[in-house]
Amino acid sequence: MKFSRKVLGIPYAVFLLLFVVAPLLVLFYYAFTNGDGQFTISNLTGFFTDPNALGTLCYSFALSFVTTLLCLFLAYPTAYFLATSKIKAKSVVIMIFVMPMWINFSLRITALKEILDAIEGNLSAYPFLNSVLGMTYDFLPFMILPIYNVIVKLPVSLTEAARDLGATPWRAFVHVTLPMSVPGIVSGVSMVFLPAMTNYVVLDMLYNSTYIMGSLIGSYFSNDNWNGGSMIALILLLIICLFTLFSNTLEADDSSVRGGALL
Amino acid sequence: MKKVLSPVFITFMLLFLYAPILILAFYSFTDASQIGSFQDFSFHNYVTLFTTEELREMIVNTLVLALGSALLATILGTLGAIGSFYSKSKISKLYSSVNQIPVINADVVTGFSACILIAVVFGISKDTYIPLIIGHTILSAPFVYLSVVPKLKQMDSSLYEAALDLGATPAKALFKVILPQITSGIVSGFMLAVTLSLDDYFIATYTKPATFDTISTYVVNATRGSHTEIKTALWALSTVIFVVVLLVVLGMNIYSLKQNSNQKRQEGKA
Repeated sequence: MKFSRKVLGIPYAVFLLLFVVAPLLVLFYYAFTNGDGQFTISNLTGFFTDPNALGTLCYSFALSFVTTLLCLFLAYPTAYFLATSKIKAKSVVIMIFVMPMWINFSLRITALKEILDAIEGNLSAYPFLNSVLGMTYDFLPFMILPIYNVIVKLPVSLTEAARDLGATPWRAFVHVTLPMSVPGIVSGVSMVFLPAMTNYVVLDMLYNSTYIMGSLIGSYFSNDNWNGGSMIALILLLIICLFTLFSNTLEADDSSVRGGALL
Repeated sequence: MKKVLSPVFITFMLLFLYAPILILAFYSFTDASQIGSFQDFSFHNYVTLFTTEELREMIVNTLVLALGSALLATILGTLGAIGSFYSKSKISKLYSSVNQIPVINADVVTGFSACILIAVVFGISKDTYIPLIIGHTILSAPFVYLSVVPKLKQMDSSLYEAALDLGATPAKALFKVILPQITSGIVSGFMLAVTLSLDDYFIATYTKPATFDTISTYVVNATRGSHTEIKTALWALSTVIFVVVLLVVLGMNIYSLKQNSNQKRQEGKA
């Protein structure tokens, strides 16, 4: 056979089939069978008739929603001020904001926990607030970076033109900069909203014993209940798919931001 | 108004992001067992960190796992990117869409499904470390793929043809012509893979052997316990990692500044 560069992709193609596609099929299989391997939809109906499980879903959404809003509220001005500032070494300054991404998240949450502990005295008194703060602290760089990346590329001439035509700075911002930075916002929101529904370790570490969707998988996992856990994973997958389809229409192509695209 | 608001807001955000880490760093040099009060300065946390077998072991584990899985992910991801780039556009699209799955999927779901497939369906024991290594490769290989593909697109494709015309074998042309042009993508993919593995908690929890711990899983378990000595030793660990990351970031900045000025000098000469 003649050597072709296409062939080089085979190991990765096999890897993707075996460890990315196959696990999803296995999830489907386990979600719709019971412990004896018999077909059943009781896992599905069980989830939607269990008030606790539905409560968990609502709590996850509420926590994610508030976290995402707070992140956006903090990250947008930061990204905007940095991107539009006249500092020469912008890339250095944005690096400072992104650097926490490279410090292990469990250690950062530990740091935040010790501080909150010293301030509040009793961490378990404000579980929701602490979880929102913890997640915001954890995910903030993932919101700042995509918004910054979009704003910094916007041509200055657009806002200048708006100003020349008589717009106030605020009006120029609302009608020019803000609409054009939507792709960055969407990208950042998807980077924060989904992890906030599943990252139950942050809650654990801050003594919030309420379950979110991720904790359900964790508890099924520790009971070796693969069927129940698969159904939750599948429901999460569905939420992720819907969310991604929705955001893909608006999003900037910036998926590599996770883990620090600045490298 | 922006002139006043901008520095105030930026400072506030820097404080929010760094105050906890810096305060913890300060207290790591004291005998305090919680933030707020201390009697004296001391290095005992650092002594505990570097002399406790258990702590040393999990740090080494984390690093070995990160480097090993990143190496595997880099080889697979790079080969995949090259293969996909030279395939028909339909197949290339297929590569990219499947590649996107672990990127957008929640780590909990990735870890849980990998655990079921490898440990339950295939029956490979977690004690072999195979599920853990594969799990971390699933996590990071797609990001290597994503950082190599753009470099391939920027490449001048006629160079490879020229090498073949001049008598190079395809393999030689690949190593001498294509690889050098995508090296920066491979390197940044590798570094991304390392950082993803270092920061991972969920995939490790679902695929690791019971007695094995990475920094993340160890720290999370330690916060549930009430072992003060270990708890404050972790403050020292946090400080050490902070300093290492700071040095790496500084080094990278100085390096890129130097490169920039070199480039400018050369442009000046030309």
